[in-house]
Amino acid sequence: MSASDKSGTASRRTFLKGALAAGGAVAGAGAARAAGDPAITQIQPWMQELGDGVDVAPYGKPSEYEDQVIRRTVEWLTADPVSSINFTPLHDLDGIITPNGLCFERHHGGAAHIDPAEHRLMINGLVDTPLVFTMEDILRFPRENHVYFLECAANSGMEWRGSQLNGCQFTHGMIHNVMYTGVPLRLLLNEAGIKTEGKWILPEGADAAAMTRSIPMEKALDDCLVAFKMNGEALRVEQGYPLRLVVPGWEGNMWIKWLRRIEVGDQPWHHREETSKYTDLFADGKARRFTWEMDAKSVITSPSPQVPIPHGPGPLVIKGLAWSGRGTIPRVDVTIDGGKTWAQARMSGPSLDKSMHAFYLDINWDGQPLYLQSRAHDSTGYVQPTKQALREIRGVNSIYHNNGIQTWYVNEQGVAENVEIS
Amino acid sequence: VPADARLGLGREALAEEIAVWDIDVRPDGTGLPEGSGDVMTGEEIFVESCAVCHGDFGEGVGRWPVLTGGFNSLTKDRPVKTTGSYWPYLSTVYDYINRAMPFGNAQSLQPDDVYAITAYLLYMNDLVDEDFTLSRENFAGVEMPNADGFYMDDRAETEIPVFTGEPCMEACKDTVEITMRAAVLDVTPDETAAEAA
Repeated sequence: MSASDKSGTASRRTFLKGALAAGGAVAGAGAARAAGDPAITQIQPWMQELGDGVDVAPYGKPSEYEDQVIRRTVEWLTADPVSSINFTPLHDLDGIITPNGLCFERHHGGAAHIDPAEHRLMINGLVDTPLVFTMEDILRFPRENHVYFLECAANSGMEWRGSQLNGCQFTHGMIHNVMYTGVPLRLLLNEAGIKTEGKWILPEGADAAAMTRSIPMEKALDDCLVAFKMNGEALRVEQGYPLRLVVPGWEGNMWIKWLRRIEVGDQPWHHREETSKYTDLFADGKARRFTWEMDAKSVITSPSPQVPIPHGPGPLVIKGLAWSGRGTIPRVDVTIDGGKTWAQARMSGPSLDKSMHAFYLDINWDGQPLYLQSRAHDSTGYVQPTKQALREIRGVNSIYHNNGIQTWYVNEQGVAENVEIS
Repeated sequence: VPADARLGLGREALAEEIAVWDIDVRPDGTGLPEGSGDVMTGEEIFVESCAVCHGDFGEGVGRWPVLTGGFNSLTKDRPVKTTGSYWPYLSTVYDYINRAMPFGNAQSLQPDDVYAITAYLLYMNDLVDEDFTLSRENFAGVEMPNADGFYMDDRAETEIPVFTGEPCMEACKDTVEITMRAAVLDVTPDETAAEAA
């Protein structure tokens, strides 16, 4: 720890200095106004010189001034970057759609690069006719479009014992929300014909981890999709190109990427990802298995540790995201005083089933410290619990499914910090 | 078009194709191939192909997974969840090694190799003697210590009723104090704080 301690201290000092400089810039801007703002009074290069031609970027990228908006990793979390995780920069995003290039990644054998011409989907097991589909076949089935969040079961898992990582990218960024285009799984299963004793499916990936999960047939026939597009374009390699399973509202581990096979069986398989992993150990030494749904959850994405308030007292936009694996989010409450009083946030944008929802609370900040929390309500009436309420039931070793309320402490300088409060 | 009408897309999978891809194994032993392997053979393979990450005795090197030991630790403050202390079924051990290990060279092991490594893991967990041979025939007879350690998701009974209902909106508490701070731990990657500045 000693080496990282030192650099950590240095960077926090830089961070605080930066926040002070940002405060100073307010006065500077005032002075500039007196003499005329050079951003106005001086002709800028982009006002004079020609910009890029339309042939410069056949596939465009964000402005170079947005190059801090990237997926980030936390090296110490895993043994290796191949079976590992990175995080969506939620703090820098707005609305509900995650740009494809920023969707967090979770691989168990790395991101497989698959030639779609060589990709096959097999359906076998308790079916009338075991089948093999090519990608060309898949594209001839009736297709649907749906926006769903995909949240890793381990999102916020590092926070079970208390505040650990400073930034909602790290505490809440194992999630993305995109529009999928795909074929309802029931249409593919119907093509093979499920036998009456077929009660479970086992989707399997084509990557070196050959990821498998057992999924009950009711879910498979309900709203699962076999998707080939996200946000209008082909799946990204790291999201399962050319084919992935979409399991709306359920833990991300089940959304098998690089989907190559679906077996129909009469019982679950109890594979590694539903025994050793993705089971939730309680204090009594027993563990929950098959904890599929992701409960209602929310987080304030700004202000947050990576997004200090740059502007001093006055109008302040508090923005955040909320989602539930059991439905929609009709309401989010926000507190600025650590839960003494709550106000209903303003929901903005579409409210879709098992999708992210954007919320805002517009306040007039008096410059006093803020203790920010958000509390999601879902369409079933479930209200997001505190972390302590969850710990009282589950203990601190269940790893997965931490949907407890997050607190950010924002000091007088506008610097935010991940904390827990009484 | 009726909801269950078939489109006639795809083609029938051949038995030899299914045989290559359908390698999954279930707790009752369904899916296991012919074969067998003993503890001592398993040790040789393990030392050669597995120990670089998992250690000679399955104790784990660096942050790589610990495979053995951890008995009676599940109620401790820091549980050690291994094949011996936590995994409910031996079938999962066979299935996972066969489909995904060694890391970086998956599906390179023959059935006898996987039986042997599985037998060696049982031995290192003190669950069999050193002369034990594991085979398809005796596989289902091996019971894992934590086979009864799991139960179905019960949130519908234990949590959802507790977390449903109108919450407090006004005068919900008198005082608010910080009880824990991430900055004290200081384990967030530095580039983030630097870039925020």
